[in-house]
Amino acid sequence: MSVLDDVRNMASDIFGVPAAKLTGESSPETVESWDSVQHLNLVLAIEEKFGLQLDPEEIEQMKTLGATATLIDSKLQPSS
Amino acid sequence: MSTERNPGNRRAEIDGLIAESKIDRAAAALRELWRRETGSATAGFVCSRLDQLRDKLPLTRFKLAILRSFTVEPILPQLRAEALAYGIDLEIHLSDFNTYVQEIVDAGSSLYRFAPNAVVLAVRAEDAASDLCSRFADLAPDAAHEAANCLAASFEQWVKAFRQNSQATLIIHSLERPANPAFGVLDSQTESGQSGLIRQVNRELRRIAGDSRGVYVLDYDALVARHGSHWHDERKWLMARLPISAEHLIHMAREWMRFIVPLAGRTCKALVVDLDNTLWGGIIGEDGMAGIKLSAEYPGAAFQALQRALLDLSRRGVLLAVCSKNNLDDAIEAIEKHPGMLVRSKDFAAMRINWGDKSQNIREIAQELNIGIDSLAFLDDNPFEREQIRATLPEVTVIDIGANPMEYAAAVRDCPVFERLSLSAEDQQRTAMYAEQRQRSDAENKFQSKEDFFRYLEQEADLDPVTDMTLARVAQLTQKTNQFNVTTRRYSEPQIAEMAKKPGWNIFSIKVRDRFGDHGLVGVAITRDEGEQCEIDTFLLSCRVIGRTVETALLAHIAKTAAERGCQRLVGWFLPTKKNAPARDFYEQHGFSRTETNDAGTLWAMELRTSRLAVPEWIKLNVPETANTR
Repeated sequence: MSVLDDVRNMASDIFGVPAAKLTGESSPETVESWDSVQHLNLVLAIEEKFGLQLDPEEIEQMKTLGATATLIDSKLQPSS
Repeated sequence: MSTERNPGNRRAEIDGLIAESKIDRAAAALRELWRRETGSATAGFVCSRLDQLRDKLPLTRFKLAILRSFTVEPILPQLRAEALAYGIDLEIHLSDFNTYVQEIVDAGSSLYRFAPNAVVLAVRAEDAASDLCSRFADLAPDAAHEAANCLAASFEQWVKAFRQNSQATLIIHSLERPANPAFGVLDSQTESGQSGLIRQVNRELRRIAGDSRGVYVLDYDALVARHGSHWHDERKWLMARLPISAEHLIHMAREWMRFIVPLAGRTCKALVVDLDNTLWGGIIGEDGMAGIKLSAEYPGAAFQALQRALLDLSRRGVLLAVCSKNNLDDAIEAIEKHPGMLVRSKDFAAMRINWGDKSQNIREIAQELNIGIDSLAFLDDNPFEREQIRATLPEVTVIDIGANPMEYAAAVRDCPVFERLSLSAEDQQRTAMYAEQRQRSDAENKFQSKEDFFRYLEQEADLDPVTDMTLARVAQLTQKTNQFNVTTRRYSEPQIAEMAKKPGWNIFSIKVRDRFGDHGLVGVAITRDEGEQCEIDTFLLSCRVIGRTVETALLAHIAKTAAERGCQRLVGWFLPTKKNAPARDFYEQHGFSRTETNDAGTLWAMELRTSRLAVPEWIKLNVPETANTR
């Protein structure tokens, strides 16, 4: 499973939307229940699952599920 | 991993079960999902499905209010999911940030309108007394002391105000000591340092809780220490006022559960343990006495640590039982003679050591101990046995342990079903009482008639109004008694204390002893006079004395005193539950007639004039003068 799939599954649990309806383009504009509380829940779920800590600046970048997956990918890759 | 199922499948399965209205299976699958994938995301799923199911499931409703000075929102879904695992449907009221003082002092606040069962007061020292925290270095020593005293006094006022407005249980977070005190290592050299003063406030909190009914301290400092320095997440604190890191939110939820489970009456009364590779390392039938690992040194020490944890539970009133697939003689020899054993035969209230099916053995243990199957917890190193019990006896609390014996003791100690918020003398002597019970059953079988047996028993009972000494036990019995309980109304200590003060209300407690030993305080009745009618609000007996005619003695006394107060009628509801069948015929057998039936239950009544109720001749009943004159 790709990181984006993982993110979609987590977002599905948290936002209460079927994973099939979520894509890389999904954002607070397209998902009604994606408010600031749920955004924090998504951040925490990602930190738990991937063992990461996200900085405020990084959390800012999580404007879509695709951008979120890209961010996680970049944090998981050891920088060369 | 190839063995791991796609998380979507398990969720789709649950939604399928819900769509087909297979409610019980859906709930079991939801619990299983939570167990396997505990975390923030799963909690969201569990809560949304719980909302669809909660009205159809036999869950214990519990209303929790949280007064707080920091962000707890992300903990709440995990708390609700965790509560579901213990059969509790948690409804949560959350105060706004730092409004706790207004909420507590204003009798009409949303806190009190919510009518909570319990309230958590979670305040950080920084928010309640910033002087003591961020500005400590600026304070003169006198001023620092003053600030600490002031804070403790505030807590005391809040508790007082709270008690005036509510009888709910109050759980106060103790204050956290600073990780980096303002004066560095110098701080540890004096009691008047920053840490010392916070400790002083915490000591005061414990005193305040001890002086009040239904007020408890949650040791937040110890909680943080247990989980280490990664408890905190400075980024989330600065960004979202969330002081706890993502991985530890679940531990905050579980700490709250250690209070909620006993308050909601979802505790276990007995723990059934396996032997091989659980109580000791290795297999007694193969490795023999000399081969099993059980000693003060590694690797046997891990098993001794578990045995110590079991003994601690036993002192708390939790019964221990053995369920093991073994040759009886091998196992008994090890239990009785192995020098490393800390738990011996006398510490077990029941034993099933044979090659039979464990679920059948566990059913028999519940019967022998006369407690419900849902009052049992099960500890076994073998995942197959655990799954078997989960599948065949879903009411049993199965403790999940991994493959590492060094974690067994902690798994038992962390389990909230063994928490008790008060300890009575009855709790601490429970195992001995069960040994006496076995002697009673043996004696009973020798007599031709019940009456002969009762006479032989020489029962003696003390009937007293509730006192400060017995309040905790009386409340505990209302919370725990499921079988012989006509209304199953659960009351907290403050509620009982309040009732005892109200005119027209009478609370009776009964202590029973016989030739084999002392049962302790085992029965409670609460009545309320209304005009010429006396209504039995609560009538319950601990399962230890069911069928010994103690109930007749208690009822006869209630009838007699009601008549003396001028009442004409004695009435009482029987409200059926899944478990109180033993009390179903209670009123009918004692000459009451049914006067009303509705969805909740049946109302029974008796004219006191025509009552022929009498204390059975084989029970000596001691009644204090004051009980008659109230």
